[in-house]
Amino acid sequence: MIAIIDYDAGNLTSVERALRSLGAECAISRDADFIAAAERVILPGVGRAGAGMASLRRLGLDQVLAQTVAAGKPLLGICFGTQIIFDFSEEDLTDCLGLMPGRVVRFPVEHRDAAGQPLKVPHMGWNGLQVKRPHPVLAGLPSEAEFYFVHSFYPVPGQDSFVIGTTDYGFSFASAVARGSLVAVQFHPEKSGRPGLRLLQNFLSWDGKEGGDAL
Amino acid sequence: MLSKRIIPCLDVRDGKLTKGIKFKGNVDIGDPVQMAEFYYQEGADELVFYDITASHEARNIMLEVVRRVAERIFIPFSVGGGLRSVEDMRAVLLAGAEKVSVNSAAVNNPQIIAEGAQAFGSQCVVLGMDVLKVPVSEKIPSGYEMVIHGGRKHMGIDALWWAQEAERLGAGEICLNSIDADGTQEGYEMTLTALISSHVSIPVIASGGAGEPEHLAAVLTEGKADAALIASMTHYGHYSVAQIKDYLSERGIQVRRYW
Repeated sequence: MIAIIDYDAGNLTSVERALRSLGAECAISRDADFIAAAERVILPGVGRAGAGMASLRRLGLDQVLAQTVAAGKPLLGICFGTQIIFDFSEEDLTDCLGLMPGRVVRFPVEHRDAAGQPLKVPHMGWNGLQVKRPHPVLAGLPSEAEFYFVHSFYPVPGQDSFVIGTTDYGFSFASAVARGSLVAVQFHPEKSGRPGLRLLQNFLSWDGKEGGDAL
Repeated sequence: MLSKRIIPCLDVRDGKLTKGIKFKGNVDIGDPVQMAEFYYQEGADELVFYDITASHEARNIMLEVVRRVAERIFIPFSVGGGLRSVEDMRAVLLAGAEKVSVNSAAVNNPQIIAEGAQAFGSQCVVLGMDVLKVPVSEKIPSGYEMVIHGGRKHMGIDALWWAQEAERLGAGEICLNSIDADGTQEGYEMTLTALISSHVSIPVIASGGAGEPEHLAAVLTEGKADAALIASMTHYGHYSVAQIKDYLSERGIQVRRYW
């Protein structure tokens, strides 16, 4: 059973639908015992750092997530669910889960590409993923695959070794990170067509170990 | 690098496509769910459904369509038409749409944008704008005026002002439809699109007038649009989404080529 964590962070049904299409048994839950007993856990979401963290703490799920990672159980962060695994987010100046050293910062207000053309914030739409380090969850993705992004803040991991994939938007940022049984992506695999479904499928069959070139 | 999005628009009435869509041997497809699946397989980057159902009772039929589409396609799609309250928005989002689009309801009650953004996040709220070119005046300094009811009712609101106001209220994206260009298949309203897009920081989808791939190339470069809405040019099989993307890619425009 896969637990999709419900912490009042937007509509989670699209993640559930994508997993069901892959034949996975899953449930949206905010119950600490249920999540602790699940085989693997997904932390999805759209929302704001302040409100999201407040909900997780109120529900006692910050502890459950820390235990999930400590036990080596596979945990996937998606979009906003990726941002709150770090120590700190500039959004609402929020102390986050601290499951991975690093922080989350906003794209510049006057964001521009290399040619000086203005770039819109939020970063919304399809963009590529440059794999920096092979990881079981990124297996089998063609280099030209693109993923659907919607975000104004992006992760800055504390160590380069956490970065398994990057994306260019004015500059290169960490769009996929991993540490032990934790893997997290800034894009929405559940809305990214076939490559996104492949990534979810990879997560479903992942044993939580990083593979040959672990940390 | 962020790709420019190609977004087919499907008009739905009472759960059926208003125009039968012909493809692959001219089979007429009236089912929006099948059509959504077809465009998903074809490489559309996103879909827009516009519900033109007249009666409120028939809205549940649309919600059922949304639910069935959400089970089959794994790209974002938005639903607009007749959404007047946060509760209307919630029903559509829970049925599986990624975004909701508000148009005349927002002109009449701008707070619906703020309420929607507060409840679901800005990324869920698309502002639909129907715009008509008018003489420059004190009231309409940009020369583009907001209209509703397909252009029959002038609102006395400047389109540029409204776009910026909607962004301030929390809209996450703008779908900008030129009533002058709509249905002509002679190209998007370039001046309007560039004007709005360069004065807001949220993405702008150009709408109205697409007939040839070169129209998309123009609006996605000079027109400064982040995405382009298409309808007839692919609905009737004149072009496929892949053909349009090939054309754009050959001209150096970044589009998603693998799906």
